Order: sequence, then C-alpha cells, then structure tokens
Amino acid sequence: MTHTVLVTGVSRHIGARVASVLADDPGIDRVIGVDTVPPPSLSRDGGVPLGRMEFVRVDLRSPDIAQVIAAADIDIVVHMSLVSAPPRSGGRALMKEHNVIGTMQLLGACQRSATVRRVVVRSTTAVYGSSPHDPAVFTEDAEPGEPPSHGYAKDASEVEGYVRGFARRRRDVAVSTLRFANFMGPGVDSPLTRYFTQPVLPTVFGFDPRLQFVHEDDAVEVLRRMAVEDHPGTFNVAGDGVLLLSQCARRADLLSMPVPSPVFRLMGELARSAGLVGFSPEQLRLMCHGRVVDTTALSTALGWKPKFSTAAAFQDFIHARDLAGGLPSALADMVSRSVTG
Amino acid sequence: MSDTADGGEADHQLAETLAFLRRRLTGEYEVDEFGFDAELTDKVLLELIRPLYRHWFRTETFGMRNVPGESGALIVANHSGTLPLDGLMLQVALYDDHPERRALRLLGADLVYRFPVLGHLSRKTGHTLACRDDADRLLRKGQIVGVFPEGFKGVGKPFSERYRLQRFGRGGFVASAIRAGVPIVPCAIVGAEEIYPKIGDLRFLARAFGLPYLPITPLFPWFGPLGLVPLPSKWMIGFGEPIRTDELDPADADDPMLVFNLTDQVREVVKQQLDELRLRRGHAFPPFL
Repeated sequence: MTHTVLVTGVSRHIGARVASVLADDPGIDRVIGVDTVPPPSLSRDGGVPLGRMEFVRVDLRSPDIAQVIAAADIDIVVHMSLVSAPPRSGGRALMKEHNVIGTMQLLGACQRSATVRRVVVRSTTAVYGSSPHDPAVFTEDAEPGEPPSHGYAKDASEVEGYVRGFARRRRDVAVSTLRFANFMGPGVDSPLTRYFTQPVLPTVFGFDPRLQFVHEDDAVEVLRRMAVEDHPGTFNVAGDGVLLLSQCARRADLLSMPVPSPVFRLMGELARSAGLVGFSPEQLRLMCHGRVVDTTALSTALGWKPKFSTAAAFQDFIHARDLAGGLPSALADMVSRSVTG
Repeated sequence: MSDTADGGEADHQLAETLAFLRRRLTGEYEVDEFGFDAELTDKVLLELIRPLYRHWFRTETFGMRNVPGESGALIVANHSGTLPLDGLMLQVALYDDHPERRALRLLGADLVYRFPVLGHLSRKTGHTLACRDDADRLLRKGQIVGVFPEGFKGVGKPFSERYRLQRFGRGGFVASAIRAGVPIVPCAIVGAEEIYPKIGDLRFLARAFGLPYLPITPLFPWFGPLGLVPLPSKWMIGFGEPIRTDELDPADADDPMLVFNLTDQVREVVKQQLDELRLRRGHAFPPFL
C-alpha cells in the first residue's frame, strides 16, 4: 500500500519538520505541502530540509484545496495550519478566517474524497481554558469550567467541533485530534518563546502558573506516528511534569517583574500595538491560573512517551537561545565556596 | 573531640542551607502536577507556622496510628475558626507528628484560587480545588487528602454555635473515597473554634468584596491588624478508626443512597469524637479559663 500525504501549514517550523520527516519515510510515496506562503528556504533562519516534499501554494480558505486532494489521490491529511497569533498584515478577523474557514474547507474536501483514510488535526490544550474553577489536571474528556470565549483557543475549539462533525459523518476515516501544550525548543517561535526571550519578564502579581511544554522533536514524532498509524481519538500531548513560571524565570536567568493583572493586560496590549510580543486575554489567564494536562491516553495509544520532559524541553530552549547566563548559580557557588571552603 | 563534631555538624548544616538557596535561586527544584513544592513547604512555610502549632496552640494529637503510613486515605474533619487555620495545623500535625511525615493535600474552596497570592501559596503547599477530578487523582496516587465537608458553613459559624457540626455538603468526598477504595479517617479538631470568636458579621462589606462573610471578633476590626492575632486556645487533634471503603464496589459511588448513608455515618463519628475530645481538653484557655 502506498501513501500520499497532505500536510497543511508547512511554512511554519513544526509543519515543515513534519513534512520533511514524512518525506524521508520510505513507506510514503508523496508528500504534498500546502500553505499560503512557501516554507522558508534552507539558507534562511529556521529553514528545514524538505526533501521530496512538493509545495503547492493554496489558500485554505478557497475551494482549491479540494482539487489538490482529488488530483493527487491523497489518503492521509495532516492539518497543522492553525495559527496562534494574528499575522502581521491583517488582524484577528483574518486569523479566525484562516483557522476556522480553512479547516471547514479542508474537511469539506476530505468528506468528498474517496481516498482519504486518515486525518490528523493539530489542536491545543488552550481549548480547556484556564480558570480558578478548573481541576488541576485536565483529561481529554474534561469540560472546561469556562469555555474559551475568544482568540486562538476559541478558534481551536470551533475547529475541534467541525472535526468531530466530520468524524461522525465519515466513520471510515480515522480522525486523530492532538491537543498540544505549548511548543518549546530551539526552532520554535511563538508568543511564549518570545515572552521568554525578553530581558525582563513581566509576571502577574500573586500568581505563579503551572506550565507544560512539549519539545518540538516530540511534537514532530507524535505527528509522524499519528500520520502513519491509526489512532482515532483526542489526545493531550505534553512533556512529563510541570514547571512554574517562577521556575522558568529562574532557570532562564531572567529577572521577573510582578505587576498587577490590569497592568499586565495593558502592557500586553501596548506591546502588541507596537508590534512586539503581544499577550491576548487567554494568555493572560494562562499566566494567572496555568494549565496542566494528563497524557496517559497518548502514551497508552502509542506505547511511547515524549523523550523530553517539560523541564528538559525548556532546558533545551534556554540552552539553544543561550539564555542561562548562570549569574545566580555562579554567585551561589562563589558564596558556598568562600564559606565552606 | 566534641568541638570538631559540632563544627562538622554546623558546617554540614551551612552547606545544606547554601545548597537549598542555590536550588531556589536557580529554579532546580521539583513541583508535582498540582504545583506542590514539597521542599518550600517543609523548609519555609511549615517552619513559619510551627511555633503557632507547638507553642501558641500547644497542639496535641491522638490516634495518629489510624492514618496510614504509605497508602492513600481521606481525612474528614470539622471546620471552624473564621480563618481556616485548622487546615494548616492539621497539615503540621500530619507532617511532624506522623512517623511517615505525611503531606496533607487539602481540597479547598474555589474562592481561594481566585485571589492572588492565596491561590498560589495554597497550590505550593500541596492543596487544590475541591472537585471530583482532583480528589480522585490525588487518592489514586496514594496521597492523604483532607476535606472539610462543612465548608463555609462550618468555618464561618458564629461563636455561639461552636462545636455544633454543620451539614456535610453533598457527600462528594465519600464518593471519591469509594472510587479510589481508600479508607475514610474521621478527624476532630478542638481548639480552632476559640481562635477568632465570631460575634458579628459585616454582611454588607462582605458582599461588596465577594466574600462569604466578614467577621467581627472581640479584637477585629477594632484593633486593626492586631485583631488577626489568634487567641491562644488549647488545641487537640484526634484521628478516629478508619472507615473502610475497599469492600465496596467502585460503582457504588454512583449509588446516592449508599453515599448519603455513609456520609451520615462519617458525620456521626466526627460528632462523637468532637464531643469526647472537647471533654478531654476542658477549658479552652488553660490555666486561665
């Protein structure tokens, strides 16, 4: 049996890496990558060798995607094209259209297709929201205390709704929805990684959220496994363990600056309008209450666990960005040597 | 000879303190998925309230052998004191007076997690939101989980109703224990009722702040922050015979009659224990009253 895989969202780091890994798989004949812009070339920053991947420039919001799927006899679809922040040109409306209408078009095309057998959709743990009424650890069947009402999280929960509808109508197709924790790693560029590369880290006064990360290598591996094997269902994907925001700041050797939550929100908005790192309301909530998910379902289904724990993923990120100057640890060592030595 | 031994001991302690500070500064410590920071709790937070436990309230514990050493259990206690100091004292009791130094994981009201500082301190000291998922999860992991089923009705009752056990919620805690098959350890706490005798309630202000009550005590709000100093009542904490649930089927957790009956049984036991312990203690403020 030969396979032809369609990967959406290949202009971005994880999407490009998944496409490249699948292109290296001898069991797969063709990998077709689609996106609104071509993937970055190897010579540029963040470029990934794409191997045999064929790039087709398609705007997912248009019905063109149906032609791509029909023409190439696609049998596996990996839908990675969910954007978490509004693009530089255009705003929230464009982002929502891209996420939600794009998914609807893609799923519509898949429903028509006679060849598609497997659909893997990238979602996010942000669909659980983040509030003081939530359980400390979310399992896949948890109902959020307050369902996300805006932004990326709302897009993702709408996307998941359409995916569930599709799975109901096409029971012969194996549909996997992957709820990823925040990506972390040397190549990841997200609002959160940009947040951690600031010289001073604004935090919300009186809150120390629990965070979870998934290393990019593990994310790529999970997506690859889901693309080549049938694992229908919804799965949380996160590295083992948790890190508190205060721990992250200390490990990355960053000075944190607690500010009251209204000020934090205002700073986020100012930064966003200035084109710097912006923080949306749902990220503000994450910075207050944090979010942790249970990943038992994933490890049971795959018989595999992410290689990087949350702490290791973060360590790899700060190592690659050369963030850990180690001043506090060096100071502590010096004091301990001078006192005990 | 003893000099060098002392010196070695002091050096060792100093080295340990420095290693602790280094871990704290560089973030190289572990927290569990609930945000429980065991090291911070033991070395800093419990250290701060230990004098209160030992010298101010002169707390005595009874029946500690009824609390399992390794496996999970659900401790069900009466709640009182206007401010929930009884939870903190119960935590010190189980950590310092239990041979296995058990960490108490309390299930708290969501009000706690809405407030800055309070919510994250509560998570760091091992506590979490009172909800089914968290309770089940902690019990499955073999932790000692503590609940105050009376909730605000218990902790915020007026001084005139002291030691009168309130209604026990909806029995969710019993269902969690049945699902996990862990014993329920009834627990009576005597002494907390007298720390902030609530003789009035600023209802209007409480509502404005979104609080369940704002107490008037003999010292608060008249003496400002001084009114927050708890009265030095004598405390006793007693743990009763465990009530087994492992003979029940986990599916029985969905049988409301059984859950209600078991809830009543636990309440009766706590009530009885409370009366006995109160008699045993005698005056609240020995040797004066």
